[in-house]
Parts: sequence; structure tokens; C-alpha cells
Amino acid sequence: MFENYSDSQVYLAIVLAPLIGSIIAGVFNAYISRAVAHTVTIAGVAISFILAMFVFKYFAFDGAQTYNETVYTWMVSDGFRFEVGFLIDNLTSMMLVVVSFVSLMVHLYTIGYMQEDPGYKRFFSYISLFTFSMYMLVMSNNFLQLFFGWEAVGLVSYLLIGFYYKKESAIFANMKAFLVNRVGDFGFILGIAGVLMVFNTLDYADVFAMASSKADLTIEVIPGEQWSMMTLICILLFVGAMGKSAQVPLHVWLPDSMEGPTPISALIHAATMVTAGIFMVTRMSPLFELSETALTFILVIGAITALFMGFLGIIQNDIKRVVAYSTLSQLGYMTVALGASAYSAAVFHLMTHAFFKALLFLAAGSVIIGMHHVQDIRQMGGLKKYMPITYWTSLLGTLALIGFPGFSGFYSKDSIIEAVHASTIAGSDFAYYAVLAGVFITALYSLRLFFIVFHGEERMDHHTKEHLKESPWVVTVPLVLLAIPSVIIGGMTISSVLYGDYFNNVVFVQQAHDVLGHLKETYHGPLSMILHGITTAPFFLMAAGIATAWYLYMKNPELPARIKGSFGLIYDILDNKYGFDAFNEKVIAGGTRGLGNVFSKFGDIMIIDGLIVNGSAKSVAWFSGIIRHIQTGYLYHYAFAMILGLIGLLALVIL
Amino acid sequence: METIVFYVFSAFMILSALMVITVHNPVRAAFFLVLTFFASAAVWLLLEAEFLAIILIIVYVGAVMVLFLFVVMMLDINLTELKKGFVKNLPLAVIAALAMFALIYMVVGGEQFGIEKFAVPERHAADYSNVSALGQLLYTEYVYSFEIAAVILLVGIVAAISLTLRRRPNTRHQKIEEQVAVKGTDRLQVVKVEPQPRKHQIVNSEGGK
Amino acid sequence: MLTLTHFLVLSAILFSISLAGIFINRKNVIILLMCVELMLLAVNTNFIAFSYFLGDTAGQVFVFFILTVAAAEAAIGLAILVVLFRNKRTINVEELDTLKG
Repeated sequence: MFENYSDSQVYLAIVLAPLIGSIIAGVFNAYISRAVAHTVTIAGVAISFILAMFVFKYFAFDGAQTYNETVYTWMVSDGFRFEVGFLIDNLTSMMLVVVSFVSLMVHLYTIGYMQEDPGYKRFFSYISLFTFSMYMLVMSNNFLQLFFGWEAVGLVSYLLIGFYYKKESAIFANMKAFLVNRVGDFGFILGIAGVLMVFNTLDYADVFAMASSKADLTIEVIPGEQWSMMTLICILLFVGAMGKSAQVPLHVWLPDSMEGPTPISALIHAATMVTAGIFMVTRMSPLFELSETALTFILVIGAITALFMGFLGIIQNDIKRVVAYSTLSQLGYMTVALGASAYSAAVFHLMTHAFFKALLFLAAGSVIIGMHHVQDIRQMGGLKKYMPITYWTSLLGTLALIGFPGFSGFYSKDSIIEAVHASTIAGSDFAYYAVLAGVFITALYSLRLFFIVFHGEERMDHHTKEHLKESPWVVTVPLVLLAIPSVIIGGMTISSVLYGDYFNNVVFVQQAHDVLGHLKETYHGPLSMILHGITTAPFFLMAAGIATAWYLYMKNPELPARIKGSFGLIYDILDNKYGFDAFNEKVIAGGTRGLGNVFSKFGDIMIIDGLIVNGSAKSVAWFSGIIRHIQTGYLYHYAFAMILGLIGLLALVIL
Repeated sequence: METIVFYVFSAFMILSALMVITVHNPVRAAFFLVLTFFASAAVWLLLEAEFLAIILIIVYVGAVMVLFLFVVMMLDINLTELKKGFVKNLPLAVIAALAMFALIYMVVGGEQFGIEKFAVPERHAADYSNVSALGQLLYTEYVYSFEIAAVILLVGIVAAISLTLRRRPNTRHQKIEEQVAVKGTDRLQVVKVEPQPRKHQIVNSEGGK
Repeated sequence: MLTLTHFLVLSAILFSISLAGIFINRKNVIILLMCVELMLLAVNTNFIAFSYFLGDTAGQVFVFFILTVAAAEAAIGLAILVVLFRNKRTINVEELDTLKG
């Protein structure tokens, strides 16, 4: 069927199928039924999933050559070409499969989750639009299209966080996400501008080919200070990634984004969109490799995020927020891997994380359905016997998340920890201890959530308990389908993705940074990695975490309250999320508002409105009051004026 | 000889032009304009533009000026009203005209276009045809412009007619385009009548009443 | 001896006269139109003079076209005048001070 796989038609079909579905469900919202809406969107995503699988097969197994073609030239301006093009290689094909699979699962799941929602069709339109945007992002072959996809996913994220647009907190959350992302995107577009300035092109292939020749370029941003151009570009680009992938201090939007419907939390704010930053840095590895400063910056930011966001997960009581903080922490892990130049490990963790985090979110959603939209875990407990499928799948997801040996999270997370350990760049020691402590924290909060929700005393009210039952099949089937890769995908693919040659043509690592090459020497297959794994620190820390969680929340449930009492200060710090929100609210937002008031009063009302707008109107009225006497309407007056003007001009020319 | 002819006709020209702008009666102004054209046609003949001189008289005097006269005579103009304000504008007119003349003279005066710059060309032989020379040029190099000129004249005709054309509501005239466009079905309608049983018809007609 | 300057000055005088005519007869549209014709005549004389002294017949072709356009212009101008008179019962420019139809 598909011999001519390098044909751009196939790639176009992948991209356009969800877009068409989205347009049908969105534009013709009023004319179609719910069944049509979910059928067309699911069909669109399913088509792209099947095609993505074919593409993946051709790249992963048949060793197809990298495809890099321009599909459409948008415009040519002063020698710069702005194009839409596709760069398909092993990284892209893997991302396509992850995105389309999770998206398809979420589409299916939505049928059950949003059943009673009046915005059903709108929701399907949005998630298909998101899928389209994400494809554009991962498939692009130039920075401009990357930016388009980047902003488009941001837009859909904004729309979906504020999906319940009558809810005050949702509006606040989507505005917050929007503004925080603007900060990141501003850095990102400055980075792209820097690329354009240095390389004179936006095409990946051209930029990467020229990258090493421009490594020594410097720029004088502040007079007298010479900065490496490449460091500047990389850090600016990474600022974009910090916004999108929610790294400290631009992480504040992600926990609040849980205001959106749960399928969105799974698809956008856990599995795909937030990994765009990780994907982008991996794609730009030839640039980032040139700047050790940028790598250290990435490493430190990632380590801070991985550890400190994990702490916050421990004290949260909203089921989705716990998972959200765990997402932040895991994104921190990926970022650490990027900083340690273990790009493959980052993408590997991205992939495994996409599966198990989507699974955890969808399981949380299933719990929420069962609990009739109660999200507070203090009102749950003992759900095991009511929701067996949800219980078992979330157990698998949790084990994958904490990196239990043999599960996919184990392979990716252990690899990252080892890679950081092997790394020698500045900051790697700090990062190593941060991610190591993170393992304990991850196990603690994950199991805490798990125990409180599924085991122990049944704390829900009587009415809820009566109606408590397992979710319908459209909800549980995606759970099961996601549980399978959560368990096995890591062991299946680690040999080729991490230590094989899967990313040979995609990721560029300098000899001095090649930590994965270093680890490869001691790697002898997934089974021996398990055997090795259970003898190392991460395993013991994880076990300690599980044990602590078990003791605190199963064995001795009164203890956490006492701990809370005796460590009030720490609890307060954590409860205030280290004060990021308060700082943003008071200093940044308040300062901006104050500044805005000043400008509004003096700049706008006085100078612009008073002097320029009304002033010009008044002066025009005054002037025209005088000048209108010249406009008599008599033809001969105009003729005289013309002749006199002619004489005047002649005189000017001749004399 | 030529110089005398030139001065005589120039004097005619200037004097009659002055009369054109000073007389009050438009009919007389038109006649003086004709005289101006005649005089300038004579001047053009001195410049070996025989064809254009003839055209000026035939087309301008024969057609355009006659058109002017027609219009003047057709319109019922209140002359006394139009005479007002004549003297008031005279100083301004004289000043503007003198200024214009002075400026043009600076450009075209003897130092730029004098005899030392532009020698007087040889007269053409007696068998030289200005008409054929002009025709050669007009139908070869300027043929497209010539076509455009024809179109402009056509547009002029159409514009003049359409501007002045008016339909009086109570006059009777043929609408030829409607007569030509009419179809048989517009005039005659064939109605197909279903045969109906007699009894029914009676009942119906009674019911109707 | 006739030089180019003679003809150019002649047409300059003609042009200035017609310019003065526009100033003086500012009320009578018909005479205004005649003055415009006079101006064109002056310009044409210039063209013909140059054509003769430069030995280039193209100047005469220009005059030909100017005559054509002037004829069309006179025809349309007079047509407008007729319509104007029909609507306003006057051709006095001083009474035509509404800048609309």
C-alpha cells in the first residue's frame, strides 16, 4: 500500500486528518450531532495514528532515510524564506506515535468522561486541533513552523484550561497559563531571532550544518560584556522550553491548569504538550552542545524542578494536583537529562512518561467520574473494591512512575540518574543528589495518593458510596491500552533507543559530554539492568519511599497530622508552593498593575487622550474653522488657485 | 516677405484673442475665436504644417466653433448678469498674465532658442507633401495612439449623447430593444384545461357560490 | 529673419491672453471654454514651431492628437454645459457653488 512512504502526501495526511476533524466538529458545531462530532474527530486521529505507525515502522525497522522537504513556501522576504516543511526522522516518527496514540486514547476516553457536558463537540474540536498543532510542532523542519506549532499548542492549552469558561478559577488559571507562557515564548522568539541573525536562515538542516562554525561568535548585549552568541541563543530557546515544559520558575501555570477537564490534563498537560520543550531541546542538540554554560543552566533548573516540585506533591489533597506536581517533577528529570547531554534518555523518559502519566491522569479521571466530580482525596478511600480496573491500571501506572524495576519508568529514570552521575559538567553533582532524593519523594507522594484513594477507610458520604461503580468501557479500555506500554515499552525499547543507534542521525553529542556512550560500556541488556538496579541507591530510596508511605498512610494514619503540627513552618512553605504564586501575584502582577496605572493616568489619559487625541481633534477643528472660508465652492476660485499655484511653481523652477 | 506675413497674422491673432476675452456677447466672442484660428492657421502654414493648418480650419472652425455657436444660441443666457465683475478682476488678470508671460519668456527667450541655437531650416522643395509625411508617421509608429484617439472620439460622442439625452415621460416612442427581444410566450399563454366530469363541476361551482 | 523665438513668444502671448481671459470672464462658462481652446492653440503653435525647427514630424503628430482630444473635450464640455443649463437655468459660475449634483 505504502511503498512510496517518503511521499509528502502521507505526512500531509497525518497532519491534516485531525485538522479536518477539528474543523468539522468546531465550525459545523451547530449542525452536527454529538455522535458525528466524536466520530469524525476520532476517525481523523485514528487515520493519523495508523499512518504514524507506518511511518514509525519505516524509520525504526526499515531504516528509512531522513525526509526533509518543503511543502509550501509561505513567503520570501529579503532573502529569508518562510516555509512549511516536514523533517521526518527517527525522533519525529517516535513522537508521532506517542502523540497520536495518547491522543487517540484520550479521544476515546472523552466519550465517557464528557458524556454529560454541554461543550462536548467543542471539546472534541479542541483536542483534535491540539493534535494537529502538536504534529506541526514535531514535524516541522524550520524554526518558524516550530514556533507556529509551539504557539498553536499554547493556544489550545489556553482554550482548554478555560474550557469551563463560566468558572472563575478556570478563567484565572487559563489567563495565568497564558501569561506565564508568554514570558517563555518571548524568550523563545528572541532565541529564534538570534538564530536568524547568526545563521541567516531558519531551516534546521542549514542551521545545524553551520552551527559549529559559529561557535565562537560573541555578542555585546550590555556594553563592554562579550557574551557567547551560542550560549545566549541556547538559553533564550530554553527559556521558551521552561515556559512550555513548566520548569522553575515558570512552572506556576501547570498545577493551575488542572482546572481543565481531566482528559486534557492527560493529553496536554502531562503527556504531550509539556514535553514540547524537551523535544525542542533534543532537536536543537547541535546548538546546545556548543554551549556548556547553557547545559549547566538547563541541568540546574531541571534538578531544582525535579526535587522541589516533588515535595509539593506530598501535601496536596486534590487528586489531579498531586499528579500534576509529579508531572512537574518528571519534567525536571527530563530536563536534567538534557543538561547532562543525555538527549536520548530525555526523549526515552518523555516517551515512557507519556504513557504512564496519561494512564495516571485518566485513572484519576475515572476516579473522579466514580466520585461524581469530587477531587479531594480526603473524601476518598477504599475504592479498590468498587473500581477494580481503575485500581489495577493505576497500580501499574504508579509502579511505572516510581521506577519499580522492570517497569518502563525504571529504565528511563535509572538511565537518567546514571547519566547525571557520569556527567562531569558544572552542577552535575548537585543535580545527581537532587534526582536521587527525587526518587524517594516520588515514591512517597505516589504511594500516598494510591493508598489514600484506593485503600484504607471509606471516607466518602453515603450518597456517593451508593452510586460508586466502575467507569464505562470507553473509559477503562484506554486505561488498559495505556497500561500495556506503561509496563513493557521501557524494557522493549531501551536497547535500541538508549544504547542502540536509533538516535544516531538525530542527536548530536560532543565527545566530552557523551555520558550515554560511557554508560553503554556497562550495559548488558534490560534484564541485567534490573539485576543491577536492585542493588543501587535509587532502588533503596524507592523502597524507603514506599515503606514510608505505607507506614504513614496505612499503618499509622494519625502520624501525618502530628508531623504537620510539629513542622508547621515547612508545611506552610510547601503549602504556599515556596511563595512563587504570592511573589508573582504581589510583585510582578501588582507591580505591573501599578506601573500600568501610572502609564494609564499620565501616559494615556493625559498625554495620549488629552494632548494627542483630543488635542489633535481640537486643533483640527480650530484650524478648519479658519481654513473653511477658503472653500467657497466657486469653481473659479479653485481655477484661480490652480493658476496661481502653477505660476508659483513655474517661478520656483525657473528663478 | 515671410517676416511681414508673420507679423501681420500675429497681430491679427493677438488682437482677435484679446477681443475673444473682452467682448460680452458670446456669439461675437466665438466669431473672434474663429478669426484667431484663421490667423494661427496662416502662421502654421509658415511653419510648413499645411495639413494641420487645413485641419484646424475644417475641424475647429467648421465643427467645434459651430458647435459653440449652436450651444450659445440654444441657451437662453442672461447677458447683463454675466457682465458684472468684469472690471473688478481686470487688474488681477493683467498681473497674472504678465507674470505668466514673463516666466515663459525667461524660458523661451532668445538666449535659449535664438538663431544661434536653432538655425532656420531649409525650405522643402515644392513637391514635398506634408500630408504624406504625417501619414507615414501616423500609420506606422503612432498607429496605436491613433487607434486610441479614435476610441476617445467615440467615447466623446457617446458621452455627449448620453449626457444630453433625456426621456420625456409623456412622449410616445418605440422601444425597439423590447420589441426585438419579445418572445411568443410573453404574448400568448396557452392554458391547459383538464377535462372534468360534469357532475363534479356543477357541485363545485355551486359550492363556490 | 524668423527664428524659433518669434513663434514661441507669439504662443506665450496667446497663452497669457487666454489666462487673463479666464480671470476676467469668470462668470461665463462658454467663454471660459473658449479660453481653454485658445490655450490649446498656443500650445499647438509651440509644438509646430519646434517640429519645424527641429525637423521632426513627431511634433505635428502630437498636435494632431491634441486636436482630437480637444475636439472631444469641447464636445463633452458643451454637453455638460447643456445639461447644467437644463437643470439650473443658468451658466453663471457664481451661482454654481454647491459641490454636489
